Amino acid sequence: MPKKKIRVLVAKPGLDGHDRGAKVICRALRDAGMEVIYTGLRRTPEEIVNAAIQEDADLIGLSILSGAHPILFPRIIGLLKEKGAEDIPVIAGGIIPEKDVPRMKKAGIREIFLPGTSTRDIVGWIREHIEKGGRKR
Amino acid sequence: MRTGGQKEKAKVKAKRQKAPDIKKAYETWKRNKYSRALEACVPPTAFTTVSGRMIKELYTPADLPRFDFLRDLSFPGEYPFTRGIHPTMHRGRLWTMRQFSGFGTAEDTNKRYKYLLAHGQTGLSVAFHLPTLMGIDSDHPLAKGEVGKCGVAIDSLADMEVLFSGLPLDKVTTSMTINAPAAILWAMYIAVAEKQGVSPKVISGTIQNDILKEYIAQKTFVFPPRPSMKLIVDTFEYGAKEVPRWNTISISGYHIREAGATAVQELAFTLRDGIEYVIWGLERGLEIDEFAPRLSYFFNSHSDFFEEIAKFRAARVIWAEVMRNRFGARDPRSWWLRFHTQTSGVSLMAQQPYNNVVRVAIQALAAVLGGTQSLHTNSLDETFALPSEDAVTIALRTQQILAHESGAANTIDPLGGSYFIETLTKEMAGEAKDYIKKIDDMGGMVRAIELGFPQKEIADSAYWYQKAVDAKEKIVVGVNAFEMEHEPIPLLEIDESVGRQQLARLRSVKKSREKAAVKMTLSDLKKAARDERNLMPYLLKCVKAYATLGEIMEALKDVYGEYEEPVTF
Repeated sequence: MPKKKIRVLVAKPGLDGHDRGAKVICRALRDAGMEVIYTGLRRTPEEIVNAAIQEDADLIGLSILSGAHPILFPRIIGLLKEKGAEDIPVIAGGIIPEKDVPRMKKAGIREIFLPGTSTRDIVGWIREHIEKGGRKR
Repeated sequence: MRTGGQKEKAKVKAKRQKAPDIKKAYETWKRNKYSRALEACVPPTAFTTVSGRMIKELYTPADLPRFDFLRDLSFPGEYPFTRGIHPTMHRGRLWTMRQFSGFGTAEDTNKRYKYLLAHGQTGLSVAFHLPTLMGIDSDHPLAKGEVGKCGVAIDSLADMEVLFSGLPLDKVTTSMTINAPAAILWAMYIAVAEKQGVSPKVISGTIQNDILKEYIAQKTFVFPPRPSMKLIVDTFEYGAKEVPRWNTISISGYHIREAGATAVQELAFTLRDGIEYVIWGLERGLEIDEFAPRLSYFFNSHSDFFEEIAKFRAARVIWAEVMRNRFGARDPRSWWLRFHTQTSGVSLMAQQPYNNVVRVAIQALAAVLGGTQSLHTNSLDETFALPSEDAVTIALRTQQILAHESGAANTIDPLGGSYFIETLTKEMAGEAKDYIKKIDDMGGMVRAIELGFPQKEIADSAYWYQKAVDAKEKIVVGVNAFEMEHEPIPLLEIDESVGRQQLARLRSVKKSREKAAVKMTLSDLKKAARDERNLMPYLLKCVKAYATLGEIMEALKDVYGEYEEPVTF
């Protein structure tokens, strides 16, 4: 049986419209053989969590450049728990000051990729941490 | 000693040195000298610009076979304005040093404006927070966590009064980066001026008001394209009569470039946007020379020094041709492409952030040599947050050093006549015109956006660039080469108390205003929108009654609907 592809939901919470990074990541993950679902702009935490569950995502990738991550990231993690979907890992990138990283990881974000990260490193991280065909449980 | 006769002979000889001879000589040099010498050097690299344009080893008159000084270059202030729109350029008046700024509450930003003006800045430029850009109030659920973060929070005229308190609007000029709700924020500014006793006839400044590039790149759209264009033409019409010194639009390439466009794509899509606005203005029945002189432009200055300078020069030439030949404008001011420049945000790096000062200085110099009318230099910390006071001071000082120490402003268009610059200018103008023609053939920019054409072109370029960086075909200092650990730098922090203060003010405004007046002005506005009247007088009444931005936008959404972007990558 062929192995199932890794399914990634790339989501943009927050009000900013800066989707250059999110779109580049979508293409890089697709070119690396993953299935990519992109939510489009300005999705609420509820919309993102619902989409991840409906799409049976193996991973959620958040991209945000507005500065609202201290409010929105914990909210997304909280909603995943509420809906019994906390086994879907969440990674993030965008404009996130280094000093916020420990706090966001403590809140439940698995990894944060800061500006300048190569798409190869992100692909590598996903391959290493997310089992093919399913979430790491 | 050389005599007059010898000089004459030399002149004749120089004239005889025709392009074909130079071409032959160049090819001989390349074959016998350059290529042989290069073999002994490091392995061949592709010499390309940041946009992927191939650059030759040397440029000569052979690259400009039919170049005519008077036709192609001419003099500053003369058609086609390759060398600049004014006869004196920066000798007559330096560019306006205009730092884009706004954060927290109106009080916080008012203080920063006073600081910047006290330190030699010559114009204001307002950065609004994202809820204002999206036309929602600070108490909207989507505004949670966003209040005052990316700019200043403005919910109603009450905030705007605080923002400009103690700033004489008859003396200072103000640029406002606002798009979907531009007409409303402009109405608030006019109302503040009136309260200061300043007539709309004398205030001066710019609203960005460029919705096309929002669909293409920056994505802070609200209404669908067609009603948005209608609202923009309302501001052209109203401005021409009532606020004659105001630039009612700043047609922006900046965000198109930041989203990943190449230099030529920035040039082409921006100018084609400009053409679209002109077409819609003419369809309203406006006279070209009545509104065209108030159209202004806003470009990015990226890291590839010469390509950027050529881009600015090419932009002026294309616009002059378009306005004179395609639209038949007669007033030379309609032919002028006046522009603001901001250095490139995406080129700034989080790694070794002090290097950003150098990037900004090079980009700013390109803007100056390209003949910009005003300039924003980014601060070194803007990859992390809004700039700290120290960082913004260095950015402003960079402009002052360029203006007063570098000599860059001493002569007009100092690179004019360079074989390289003139070739680049010509090539880029040609490629941009091809794009413009393609979009004309599609049925215009609104149609091209509906088809997703510019969006796709930009996303392709962005992905190409990222792959080139990942493969180290493009070197980014400190990121994929010359890496080094660095200590975090101090950053401006906006704490969550800003949100609480803003919500308190919004509540108090809603409590103290006259409710009946709000209701009536909003219902008049809706009726006027349905009847397709010019909305500016109605918007002025709404803001003066302290209707909030969110309330006004909701009223308009009822009539116009909202834009849903097709989700693609």
